[in-house]
Amino acid sequence: MTAAVEVLGLHVSYEADGGGRRAVLRGLDLTVEAGELVALVGPNGSGKTTLLRAIAGTLPAEAGRVALFGRPIADWRRVELARRVAVLPQALALPDGFRVAELVEMGRAPHATRWLGSSTQDAEAVERAMADADALDLAERHADELSGGERQRVLVAMALAQEPELLLLDEPTLHLDIAHQAALLASVARLQARRGLTVIAVLHDLNLAIAHAPRVAALGAGRIAVDGDPASVLHPAVVRELFGASLDEARTADGRRFLVPRSGQATRNEPSVNPDRIYR
Amino acid sequence: MRAGVVPRPIVRGPALTRAALVLGAGAGLLLLALVVGVGLGSVAVAPDEVLRVLGHRLLGLGATSGVDASTETIVMELRLPRVLGAMTVGAGLACAGTVFQAILRNPMADPYIIGTAAGASLGATLGIVLPLLAPALAIGAASTWLGIGLVQLLAFAGGLGTVLLVIGVARQGGRLPSVTLLLTGYAVSSLLAAGVSLLMFASGRALAVIFSWLMGSLAGVGWADLAIAAPVVGATFVLLLARWRSLNLLLLGDGPAAHLGLEVGRAKLRLTLLATLATSAAVAISGTIGFVGLVVPHVLRLVIGPDHRLLLPASAVLGAALLVLADLGARLAGGIPVGVVTALVGAPFFLWLLRRSRRVASALSA
Repeated sequence: MTAAVEVLGLHVSYEADGGGRRAVLRGLDLTVEAGELVALVGPNGSGKTTLLRAIAGTLPAEAGRVALFGRPIADWRRVELARRVAVLPQALALPDGFRVAELVEMGRAPHATRWLGSSTQDAEAVERAMADADALDLAERHADELSGGERQRVLVAMALAQEPELLLLDEPTLHLDIAHQAALLASVARLQARRGLTVIAVLHDLNLAIAHAPRVAALGAGRIAVDGDPASVLHPAVVRELFGASLDEARTADGRRFLVPRSGQATRNEPSVNPDRIYR
Repeated sequence: MRAGVVPRPIVRGPALTRAALVLGAGAGLLLLALVVGVGLGSVAVAPDEVLRVLGHRLLGLGATSGVDASTETIVMELRLPRVLGAMTVGAGLACAGTVFQAILRNPMADPYIIGTAAGASLGATLGIVLPLLAPALAIGAASTWLGIGLVQLLAFAGGLGTVLLVIGVARQGGRLPSVTLLLTGYAVSSLLAAGVSLLMFASGRALAVIFSWLMGSLAGVGWADLAIAAPVVGATFVLLLARWRSLNLLLLGDGPAAHLGLEVGRAKLRLTLLATLATSAAVAISGTIGFVGLVVPHVLRLVIGPDHRLLLPASAVLGAALLVLADLGARLAGGIPVGVVTALVGAPFFLWLLRRSRRVASALSA
């Protein structure tokens, strides 16, 4: 069976200020099987969003191979890609004036068959997406009347209306309060199970990754530095290496594991895996 | 609200009714503008006479008995082409404004923003000045190609050519970033405006003609102008409407639009070219008339929302009707430039709207 996502030896660099290029991804490998839920973690600037964009096909690879469902990304037309891959971007300004139902209907654009209207199939997909994203009660509201949490639910509904097989989330919990963070990730996990979705989510909050992701891939030095179950990847020693942060591991009364910053001392050290120092 | 209670067609039902209402009202407004625009003037023609002449001459209905020949001439040869010209120009500008506001996601965008006006002005000015400077070239101001004068031809070519140049400079790979497009258009416009000023400075007795062109006028529009401009505006309207989904997606921003399957660079390029074609055709027969292309889309977004499937046709209709009425005002006020009327009426109305609704400014930004 072909993997949903296969990344091999991916190199991406950006133009640096004052000439030259700054390499962000340096030969990164990542394979995600269909139906998996993977959390991408890593310090700021480690290339999490870059990797997501390369997988979404909006950032060309300089070297290496990105293939979705066994087919190289360069061979996909944008509309074909949009029928199978949905992206929830870090920040999306919803245009005012549209009702939520109309916005979610935009998610059907890659499937459009009618010149002016939408098909019954579209209407059903929109309704199902809003139900799954817990956004049905927002259908008649306008984008500018929504709170941060409500906007995020609408964005999830738009992505689900595409009926994707692969869902890419870039810090989906940004701007959300703690209750909405948990609710969003719980619903993503539920959808992953119910719709058989493959999900790759960039997460900043390591405890959210521990709580919701069966597999965690951590970026460092332009590659996947550690990859595995959250207990081994998000171990205080590993986190210290990658983030340069000293954390303590603790457990709740019922045995769930979480990480807390060490108190009483500066928690920020230089990460020992410093991409610039090692590889330049 | 529970899933089972949701009114079944979440998307379709109310939208259709609303579309029928809006377009029905638009058609009524357009007919009213036609009758009033053709009927009023230094010689008033009664509405029933207007309808009888138009019905007979355009649709072959009934007869024109009881309408004297001079009235028929006034209607058919003087008023009607001018009114239809105003409709063509108004519809073209309003559609182009709607499209540019969506592509650039900028509420200040109007049909002229990326250089069409400056290019067309330079073309028209050249068309006015050249025959005076170089009579030896034997291109008289009155010489025509296919019934189109030199001024119109150069105005059209100037508008289109300038935008092609701007696109060429602003393109980065396959992408057409909105900010770069906007700034490139601004820079090129400034350059061409300097050329226009220089020509005006050197134009001597043609200055008044150039000035009147720059302020916009529908006074000279005849059937020959219409025969070229109306099909161009009509065709671009249909092609733009066919791309309503792309226009809606672009409101989300380039990245999200791409994630929803749009080839963003190519879509922007095509939309820009189509809107520029409509603008150039309009400007070629009327000169640069301001405010219609800026205000009409804003007003309609407030009333009917930003969905281009309805917004584009509504803009075309309202733009057409408004420019007919503005031109009527200009005629009744003793032949002042129509651009003065659109600004005099449009600007205060727009200010009132801005004060009244915070959504005007935020409809395109979020």
